[in-house]
Amino acid sequence: MKTAETLCGADWYREAYRRMALIRGFETKAAECFTRSELAGNIHLYMGQEASGVGACLALKESDYITSTHRGHGHCLAKGASTDRSMAELFGKETGYCRGRGGSMHIVDVNRGILGANGIVGAGIPLAAGSALVSKIKGDGAVTMAFFGDGASNQGTFHETLNMAAAWKLPMVFLLENNHYGVSTEIHRITNTDRLAGRADAYGIPGVTVDGTDVEAVFHTVAGAVERARSGDGPSLIETMVYRYQGHYCGDPAAYRPKEYLEEGKSKDPIDKARARLLELGVQDEEIEAIDRSVSAEIEGAYQFAKNSPDPDPKAVIEDVYSSDNERSVLR
Amino acid sequence: MKLTVSKAIGQALHEEMERDENVILLGEDVGVMGNVFAITHGFRDEFGENRVIDTPISESGFTGIAVGAAMRGMRPVVEWMYDDFITVCLDPVMNQAAKLRYMTGGQVKIPVVFRAPMGAGRRNAGQHSQCLEALFTHIPGLKVVCPSTAADAKGLLKAAIRDDDPVVFLEHKLLYAKKEEIPDGEYIIPLGKADIKRSGKDVTILTWSRQVYFALEAAETLAAEGIDAEVVDLRTLVPLDWETVKASVCKTHNVVVVEEGVKRGGVGAELSAQITEELFDELDSPVGRVAGLNVVSPFAPVLEDAEFPHPADIVSGVKKTLGR
Repeated sequence: MKTAETLCGADWYREAYRRMALIRGFETKAAECFTRSELAGNIHLYMGQEASGVGACLALKESDYITSTHRGHGHCLAKGASTDRSMAELFGKETGYCRGRGGSMHIVDVNRGILGANGIVGAGIPLAAGSALVSKIKGDGAVTMAFFGDGASNQGTFHETLNMAAAWKLPMVFLLENNHYGVSTEIHRITNTDRLAGRADAYGIPGVTVDGTDVEAVFHTVAGAVERARSGDGPSLIETMVYRYQGHYCGDPAAYRPKEYLEEGKSKDPIDKARARLLELGVQDEEIEAIDRSVSAEIEGAYQFAKNSPDPDPKAVIEDVYSSDNERSVLR
Repeated sequence: MKLTVSKAIGQALHEEMERDENVILLGEDVGVMGNVFAITHGFRDEFGENRVIDTPISESGFTGIAVGAAMRGMRPVVEWMYDDFITVCLDPVMNQAAKLRYMTGGQVKIPVVFRAPMGAGRRNAGQHSQCLEALFTHIPGLKVVCPSTAADAKGLLKAAIRDDDPVVFLEHKLLYAKKEEIPDGEYIIPLGKADIKRSGKDVTILTWSRQVYFALEAAETLAAEGIDAEVVDLRTLVPLDWETVKASVCKTHNVVVVEEGVKRGGVGAELSAQITEELFDELDSPVGRVAGLNVVSPFAPVLEDAEFPHPADIVSGVKKTLGR
């Protein structure tokens, strides 16, 4: 149990709530747009998991780094990505973070330490370790956090990287968001591991499981791991237990899940919980509603920005494959 | 100064590590052992374990780590013990390193070099003998370098390390022990420049890596029969030095592409297509190909020698193209 001194106060909770509401608002809008066919391709929604990304990113400094996943909107926004440029990327616009070259699964903002969402499950984990290796070599004091899901915890890259990061005491945190499903496959059908964080034992590092619907619990747990990483004691594996409200992708009816899964998840909704805590901390309803209104206004602004932004120039399709000698290297 | 190809590669790495502290080495047995071909012998003592990193046998993991480090501004040089091992770490190369610049809208550079020994002739059988350059040239975002001589290996590796893009640098194992003259002092050979290793007027042989030596040997045999072959060492497959290829084709009007790797879907097929599409009117004969058989590299020496081209195969390939 946290003592009264270490509990987060109202200011902290206002910011945590705002960020979670922003992610929920962003994705609600994105889902609407997708359903109306305003968005091309596919989107994977983070709804329900907001406390994990926000609690974890609140334990990081702006100068720290993250890598993310195909379900990456939440991580990027939690780390400070702009809603305008993120939404524009979903719309495939030139003003998007990746100038429309990446889309929903590939938001990157190097200036904010967001080394990228990634379309290949487990691929971001070694990239994060590479960033942590640089911090170790340069002694820049930065910590890198790799976000990934229960699905990625069965990829070789997870085990290989956990092993190397532990051996070399890399300043990083492995943040495993266990929403129980890799697309349709329930985690216990494909592993004999009760607690995925227990895999840390095999690599000689701490492994902690935490309620991923409780933003403060996530924050405290991650803050400890970040401190450990920053002080040179090496990585930790944190498993946040979360609920994925949507199917694997937007529009997936998730018929493979029992209805109790969603009922249970919604009964522990991370934003509802944070709201309740704000009220407990003496924040007035009106103030929370004001946060909600400012979030709605920001999301509407992001939507308008994205919709009204120009498409990329089709003639630019060959640009930026290479940093040097691009045209020759592309044309032959 | 005379140096072996492996020493020339070691010298390039050494000079670049001295010049730029962002150059780091990662791979299996590159540190304490100094690489299985002794290329990085003594580097760990000199540059420290932070810059010369012995990795576990986790190619996918450490290749991905190198790509992540490159995103943060380092210039990692990754060593795969054999190019055949790409099969267990293709994702960080193909889906990450090669694509990240484009997919981030140009936000990042990935200045990483992937070095690997390649090639047949060492009786290492099917999983340690392949020439996989065609696989790499197929992937947009990668540059591909296949040097032949010691001088080229050194100058090209230095250029590859300084390049801001991911470069696959393939070294033929059977060239490592070749001792050759290299220029004194600091020099760079830019990527994308072919080298005419032998000038000739009757036929152009386009080749790279170990087959350059076989082509030169074949050219001497052909010369004795009155056929004057030009041997163009492409050195870099991406970017391709089309100007040199074109000039040579327009001079000789006959082309044979020689490669050690398997013929089907090979680099020769691509070169043949480009030449046929764009220089058809210059050609006196169809573009010929001399390449490895579409089989697995066998162990038994008599079988292995039947699998990839030797000078005599190049001689007959050229004669066939010239109708002689």
